[in-house]
Amino acid sequence: MSLLSLVVFLPLVAAAALAAVPRLGDAPARWTWVAVAAVDLGLIAVLWLRYDTPPPGQLAFAEQAAWIPGVHSSYHVGVDGLSLPLVAMTGVIYLACAVYALREQHRPRGQAALFLFLQSVNLGLFVAADLILFFVFFDLSIVGMYFVIAGWGHGDRGRSALKFFLYTFLGSLALLVGFIGLYVAADPHTFDMTQLAAAPPLQGRPLAGGLVLAAILLGLVVKTPAVPFHTWLPPAHTDAPAVGSAVLAGVLLKMGAYGFVRVAMPMLPQAWRTWAGVVTVIGVVSVIYGALVALAQTNVKRMIAYTSVNHMGYVILAAGVAGLVAADTAPARGVAVAGAVTQMVSHGLITGALFLLAGVLNDRARTYDMHDFGGLAAPAPAFAALFAVGAFASLGLPAFSGFIAEFQIFTGSIAAAPVTAVVVLGIVVTAALFLRALQRVLTGETVGRSLGFTDLRARELWSVGPLLLLSLLIGVVPRPLLDVIEPAAHAVVGQLGR
Amino acid sequence: MSHLAQAALWSLVVGPAAVGVGLAMIRRAEPIAVPLSLTVAAASVAASVAVAVARPSVSVPFLAGVDFALTVDGLAALLTPMLAVVTLVVLAAAAGEIRRSRARFHGLMLLFAASATLTVVAATLPTLLFAWEIMGAASYALIGFWWRAEDRVSAGLTAFLTTRSADLGLYVAAGAALAGGAGLALADLAHGSPGWRHVIAAGILVAALGKAAQLPFSFWLSRAMAGPSPVSALLHSAAMVALGGYLLLRVRPLLAATGWAAPLAMWAGALTALLLGAVAVAQRDVKQLLAASTSAQLGFVVLAAGADAVAGGAAQLIAHAVTKALLFLAVGGWLAALGTARLAGLTGVAVRWRSVGWSATVGALALAGIPPLSLWATKDVVLARVLEESPWLYAVGLAASALSAAYAGKLLVVIWSRAPAGRRGAGGTYRREGDTAGGTYRREGDSPGISGPRQAPLVLLAVCAATAGLLVLPPVGAVVARAVGQSGGFHVPWAELAISAVIALAVVLLVTRRPPPEPRWALRWLGLEAAARVLFVRPALRCADALARFDDRVLDRGVGLVSAGSLRLARLAGLVDDRWVDAAVERFAAGTRRLGRLARRPQTGRLHQYYLQAVIVLVVVVVVLVGWG
Repeated sequence: MSLLSLVVFLPLVAAAALAAVPRLGDAPARWTWVAVAAVDLGLIAVLWLRYDTPPPGQLAFAEQAAWIPGVHSSYHVGVDGLSLPLVAMTGVIYLACAVYALREQHRPRGQAALFLFLQSVNLGLFVAADLILFFVFFDLSIVGMYFVIAGWGHGDRGRSALKFFLYTFLGSLALLVGFIGLYVAADPHTFDMTQLAAAPPLQGRPLAGGLVLAAILLGLVVKTPAVPFHTWLPPAHTDAPAVGSAVLAGVLLKMGAYGFVRVAMPMLPQAWRTWAGVVTVIGVVSVIYGALVALAQTNVKRMIAYTSVNHMGYVILAAGVAGLVAADTAPARGVAVAGAVTQMVSHGLITGALFLLAGVLNDRARTYDMHDFGGLAAPAPAFAALFAVGAFASLGLPAFSGFIAEFQIFTGSIAAAPVTAVVVLGIVVTAALFLRALQRVLTGETVGRSLGFTDLRARELWSVGPLLLLSLLIGVVPRPLLDVIEPAAHAVVGQLGR
Repeated sequence: MSHLAQAALWSLVVGPAAVGVGLAMIRRAEPIAVPLSLTVAAASVAASVAVAVARPSVSVPFLAGVDFALTVDGLAALLTPMLAVVTLVVLAAAAGEIRRSRARFHGLMLLFAASATLTVVAATLPTLLFAWEIMGAASYALIGFWWRAEDRVSAGLTAFLTTRSADLGLYVAAGAALAGGAGLALADLAHGSPGWRHVIAAGILVAALGKAAQLPFSFWLSRAMAGPSPVSALLHSAAMVALGGYLLLRVRPLLAATGWAAPLAMWAGALTALLLGAVAVAQRDVKQLLAASTSAQLGFVVLAAGADAVAGGAAQLIAHAVTKALLFLAVGGWLAALGTARLAGLTGVAVRWRSVGWSATVGALALAGIPPLSLWATKDVVLARVLEESPWLYAVGLAASALSAAYAGKLLVVIWSRAPAGRRGAGGTYRREGDTAGGTYRREGDSPGISGPRQAPLVLLAVCAATAGLLVLPPVGAVVARAVGQSGGFHVPWAELAISAVIALAVVLLVTRRPPPEPRWALRWLGLEAAARVLFVRPALRCADALARFDDRVLDRGVGLVSAGSLRLARLAGLVDDRWVDAAVERFAAGTRRLGRLARRPQTGRLHQYYLQAVIVLVVVVVVLVGWG
């Protein structure tokens, strides 16, 4: 078994072991989760250190084994500059969640097993190089998250979980239809992603290409999510447990966005170019609409959920702009795509941290409403400091990863399609909404639920702190990350030119 | 040597930033905060002098193929030491004034100073934007430093949002520079393709006008006065606002290359100098007066950038920075001691605190443009250059100079008038003034004190405020002009200097006789903030609410309707299934059962009946076969 497969399946094995040992006490179960997540992250670090940018169209650490030969589907995995950063980000977020959940009282063994299972399927999705494999991991993650929300959530969790499940499951069915379309159109028939990207089917067949792309796009924009397919997100976040929200926003949303650069763009370049304008518009609308609706929220968690719509809108925008092929804008479009991948990593870290912090509010005060708090900086200075740092990181302040991502997306998009300059308004609205939230929750006289609020505990500090620190590190020293992403981003833009 | 200089340049940015973040985040740093921050600031002064002499450049790869590059050119060599010195002086003065949360205060100030230095030495657009936005965020945290008072925090919010809205210009400019093909280095921006060059210039102009609190963005500076006085002494005199003007000086070839940007900058600067000068004259709150005067004085810097008077603009920037830092520190000390914000509350303070009073007087006289003090010379070098461009602009500039003499005179009259401030005592109550946008200035828990070692920084600043004019006068002026690459060489406009000196003296004398008018429009800062609220903030909030309702009531309801519809469809299908399909199956089964029952009838077990049945069947078969045949 190669290193990559070990990274993917180690958590699954641990999950099975946890599930199989019912006598295991709560504390060993929690610490097992932390240990496995830490070891997995260590393995990912080894992976990163040994990574060499593969030649275009190929994957590093590639591994292939027969799986369902009847439909030409195989167990094919590997990483490149698009997936390795997401794999690393996934490992980091799950470790943070494991640490955060160290004091979980409600069925900790089951929670640990479920999250380890989810970690495996998420990692599997990012390394998958076969559409069936991709789809299996895509759907299993939805199933896992359903149980997280329904089992460990609060509020109207049953309904929210069901809504999440049905909505995204429906999206995944559209995705499956698209995948089958690709399979049927390929000659010879195959589900292998590297082969499909190397020889894209449906070139020169605009109608069929457009229909297949429409199916795939529908599946991906529901998951990402983009306006108008985003309404499952706020209730799912509001009622999910803190760690569930962190994983949902940090990792699961990326599966949709990752699908753009991994599946839709390289495998349907011609159709993508034809419909790039539509994708760009969806991105622009998501950016502005998500920011404005977030501005109107008074529930902290709902607000962060809507900023996810805004932030993922930038990714969609960059993906759309990449398809607006024109002479001599290829470098600019490459910058935009590099920004999109950076944004996926950055949003995972920052929003993951913010959701964990929102979880602290609910843990102490059983409410997310801004109006229930005031002057929280007095009883909880550490919480206030981290929340402020997270907010500034999320509003795209330089020295944090968000700036690195958004600067690339803005400059690349504006250079390739000047009308997209309108999205810069998004960062003013995001700034307004975060500063308003900071003002309402943290400053002023200490009132309401802020009275007697216990400051961050060690496990909370050590889960949120590293996420923000990593964001800071990327923001100040972006080269190690961008050196991995940029070749792959420019390769995607090259593939779109076919 | 060059390695050493490069290290000094890095340390100038990295040192204060790292220490600042550490101080701000680590609560246990409280006892060492002041000595540590003063040490770092002093080291920065040494490093800044070193880089000003050696002029190093450093760069590392950053993003989008652009380097994170720092360079010290002639202009930066002038500004960097000034910035370091003012930072050190202000931090030293603040050590007495800020007694609580010192670690957070000094940490944020150092972080701010680092970003301001980086703004000065930035050589590429991403580097500039990096520093520029951190500067804005640090200013937000510093204005809202006393976070228990909501109005101070919201003042920080107004300042940050206004400047960030203007900063969008830099993002757009960066995109345009990438498209323009000349690269993102500040020095290359003028060489971009002609179409994109206009976009770059427009973006940078907007961002610079926003940061420099020029029209129409000036109102944020009024709100920013809610912060502690030392913050204003650094941010709103020497650093943040000043760097808006500095950026325009920096990119003047770009402004000139577009044809329209330079005149536009000149008019924006001149009108700001004039109108905000009038605003300053009308203020009854002393920090508001100083703030409006900052906008007005920076108007001359922006005017200089448009008129290509770089040496004069840079000198004006430096002279104003030290003068205004001095005034903010002096006035801040008095305000804290007296617990008031009103100008009238300062009656006779110079008589009571002589030493501070004389320092402040030097500052105010410099601000008034009285010879031979600094701003007299620097302003007129700029105006003389403007006269070559347009007599109208020159006239506006002269009028603005007269207004600066008026507001400085107003301040002088109050602080030297004979009504003893002592009787008012430290318990003087604060009253919110008219419609000025200021907040409360009463400090929280810090005891007043403007004696002893705190006076040393003021004296130093006063000396600088008196002598900074030498930067544009012989013999130093020629060196400066050469260092910043002033086009057209160096000459001293003696005639213009004489005219403005006469005007300034006359206006100050006039103000001592008759108090200047205080029209409402000027008292309210031209209604700019109200206009921004009506035009931008309220529509945005209303739009956000409407969209949120749309999201809940239409989009989400739509999804709900679809799922409810599918449920209804399912129920219908269930009904059809029960009533029709299943009923049909049931009926079929019942029929079959009946048939079975019928079929059971003949199975009687009696032989004769079987025979009879066989006969009947045979007969039927025969009949059928015959009939068939």
